[in-house]
Amino acid sequence: MELDIVGLSRLQFALTALYHFLFVPLTLGLSIIIAIMETVYVMTDRPIWRQMTKFWGSLFGINFVLGVATGLTMEFQFGMNWSYYSHYVGDVFGAPLAIEGLMAFFLEATFVGLFFFGWDRMSKVQHLAATWAVAIGSNFSALWILIANGWMQNPVGAVFNPATMRMEIEDFYAVIFNPVAQAKFVHTVSAGYVTAAVFVLGVSAFYLLKGWHVTLAKRSMAVACSFGLLSSLSVVVLGDESGYLATEHQKMKLAAIEGMWETEPAPAAFTAIGFPNQEARETHHVLQIPWALGLISTRSLNTQVSGINDLVAHGKERVRSGIIAYDALQTIRAAKGVDKVAPEVKAAFENHGRDLGYAYLLKRYVDDPRQANEEQIDKAAWDLVPQVAPLFWSFRIMVGLGFFFIALMAAFFWQSATGRLGEPRWLLKVAVLAIPLPWIAAELGWVVAEFGRQPWIIEGVLPTAMAVSSLSVTDLLITIAGFTLFYSVLFVVEVTLMVRAIRKGPEPDDHLAPAPYATLQPAE
Amino acid sequence: MILHELLDYTTLRLIWWVLLGVLLIGFAATDGFDMGTAILLPFIGKDDVERRTIINAVGPVWEGNQVWFILGGGAIFAAWPPLYAVSFSGFYLAMFVVLAALILRPVAFKYRSKRDDVRWRAAWDWALFVGGFVPVLIFGVAVGNVLQGVPFRLDGDLRAFYEGSFLGLLNPFALLCGLLSVAMLVTHGAAWVALKTTGAVAARARAVGLVTALLTPALFALAGLTLYLWVDGYHITSAVVMDGPSNPLLKQVATAPALWFSNYAAYPFLLIAPALGLVGPLLVWAGLKARAEGATLIISGLSLFGIIATVGVSMFPFILPSSIDPVSSLTVWDSSSSHQTLFIMLVVTCIFLPLVLAYTAWAYRILWGKVDASAIRAGQGHHY
Repeated sequence: MELDIVGLSRLQFALTALYHFLFVPLTLGLSIIIAIMETVYVMTDRPIWRQMTKFWGSLFGINFVLGVATGLTMEFQFGMNWSYYSHYVGDVFGAPLAIEGLMAFFLEATFVGLFFFGWDRMSKVQHLAATWAVAIGSNFSALWILIANGWMQNPVGAVFNPATMRMEIEDFYAVIFNPVAQAKFVHTVSAGYVTAAVFVLGVSAFYLLKGWHVTLAKRSMAVACSFGLLSSLSVVVLGDESGYLATEHQKMKLAAIEGMWETEPAPAAFTAIGFPNQEARETHHVLQIPWALGLISTRSLNTQVSGINDLVAHGKERVRSGIIAYDALQTIRAAKGVDKVAPEVKAAFENHGRDLGYAYLLKRYVDDPRQANEEQIDKAAWDLVPQVAPLFWSFRIMVGLGFFFIALMAAFFWQSATGRLGEPRWLLKVAVLAIPLPWIAAELGWVVAEFGRQPWIIEGVLPTAMAVSSLSVTDLLITIAGFTLFYSVLFVVEVTLMVRAIRKGPEPDDHLAPAPYATLQPAE
Repeated sequence: MILHELLDYTTLRLIWWVLLGVLLIGFAATDGFDMGTAILLPFIGKDDVERRTIINAVGPVWEGNQVWFILGGGAIFAAWPPLYAVSFSGFYLAMFVVLAALILRPVAFKYRSKRDDVRWRAAWDWALFVGGFVPVLIFGVAVGNVLQGVPFRLDGDLRAFYEGSFLGLLNPFALLCGLLSVAMLVTHGAAWVALKTTGAVAARARAVGLVTALLTPALFALAGLTLYLWVDGYHITSAVVMDGPSNPLLKQVATAPALWFSNYAAYPFLLIAPALGLVGPLLVWAGLKARAEGATLIISGLSLFGIIATVGVSMFPFILPSSIDPVSSLTVWDSSSSHQTLFIMLVVTCIFLPLVLAYTAWAYRILWGKVDASAIRAGQGHHY
């Protein structure tokens, strides 16, 4: 990646987005775990569950603020660093973002105040409702953000308008019920649940190893492993659904994940291990599982999965088609309107307009795509191939971790069901050491999803290189340095506070008698 | 789908211009008092209990209030994409400074109380101050620059180019607007602290508020006078097309002195906005004197409504004029989303905004009452 405006803008976005996503998964999952714990409290009236809710709630709070703080950056970064993107797709992409604020984030943020401050001011059921509102709000937030992101992966329901030079909404239902967005949502949210489950499990295991807060730890573990088992299963099943959809909508991403250069006869084999070489355009030392890829990605034994070389050849056709669209667009703009040009120009734009983005790929090499020569068209088509090796390995580590979480959760679920939590000790140690792993899996998941759709910022519509703001390298270096410094300090502070809070453990519960809250008076 | 044709494009654009104002005013009226309070914090809280009293006065609600800002950003993106694209990339470094300050705020609220260490807490107190003061100042400065026109142009592909500098933003008129913004929200914060606290803290908040409540109309009048005498306004010289495509380059624009005042001559009822901006703060002053705290807060909200609305109606139909290429200026009529997006967003707003207002009101009711310093000492019911 070159360190020009585009490279630096991408670096900054990757940095701030991956950092933001250190906090989001835990928020998503922990909000639900806390709500489950409080529900048990309200139903059973046992103070230990209230103490658990408050304890995990305090860790939730430390994490939540950083999620909110870094989310602010995300929202404004589109306009700041990706100005042309914002213009080009704001009509479609802005709507889910705004709806997220109105429908989800308001709910989450208003009730999170009541969650922390409302214990002595609300009835038990009212407080429980506030807690669930936080959980529902944060999960709905994820839904709308992933609808926006899913549209970038599979831009349905929108058309290019030459009069405004941008994409505009045609079918809002298609944008909302975009299958890619829905699959991403369930996959991402379940990954968040796993993150929180592993976190609660790991911290509780730490307590058991130390012999601290044993009652709280065992109960928390029981919640975490049941919740975690369900969600780790659903991450894998729904992740598979994402793979299936990628075959349909992002063939290049799938081929790159597979390091698959040549189209194989169906059913394709799944490459478990291999060493992709981008320059030589082949993958060395492969270890393959026959039939598996065909089954996973097409759910059949006779549908072909295209290899990179074939996809590039197909891409070259689309670049050529894009040039026709580009030419028609220039004529339409000069005449100031689609209705003012000759019918054949209008027809050319209608037939080739969907490939306009492919003509923009040429802008890296030539100002006017119509002047492009064969060599430039070839280069543009090869730009369609993302970096294969990082995708190949990110995907495999992510999937491997996914299966590990299922095994971990199943083991603890078994211990919990048979009443043997706390033994053997090595298993507890594994749980403690597993705490950072879901974050690694989640971050790699984003690498696969986002790095895998390069060179596109909007798949097939707008190349990333076109989307940037007209900034200077200095501007970008200042902000990257600023974010790096700032975020590093905050990260150290947050981890320190988390560790302190975990070492300190739960607050002693001052209302151990199961009395209704409304009657409780603050102690003098 | 032809549902969206129930409302024509012109009307929808006008509605979204009003809604943009509603969001900005909603932000100033709610998060504004949090920020004003944060600016006051180091000056009116003398010891840790006093400072915690002040922080807990906004503690349970600032998070929800902040969503007005987030929603404002989202709504500009959805309803006014060219405005979103041009303004945030144009004000790039200023936006970065605002973001940095806003990131400090949640962290400071949450982390301050986590350690019982004087230096730790003092550092977060200043972080809170910065998180209030810097955004409030820069938003005012930004409005000052918008009124003067921003140095950007659009090319044929509607790509935005900005030719200003960060330091160029800090011109005298813009700084005057920045000071006005600070004075306005410090007054609002003082009204909130006076309402939510007792004793010495409330008395000090009132004392500051009495000064800024007089400063606000003075700065507002001075800004108005400067605008009239020295800042050129903009107007569309070609035929005004209200329901055309959102492409700013299809019109002609010229500048002339005192043009930002022409809307008031055409529609005198609009004068109610600047009148509220001038008289409102004086009523706040009287309210603080009379210790009518609830009413004072409401009047303070009305006065900032007046000041913000004044900017909007003075510039109408312009949203973001361009000083180097007036044709590129963004107006209500050529910088919106498509007809259909505006309609869908309006339907969503009509469903969810009342809901948001309802549960926000419920949350405020639950948390009603003064922050009790003795409860803070005892560690009861206050989180920060």
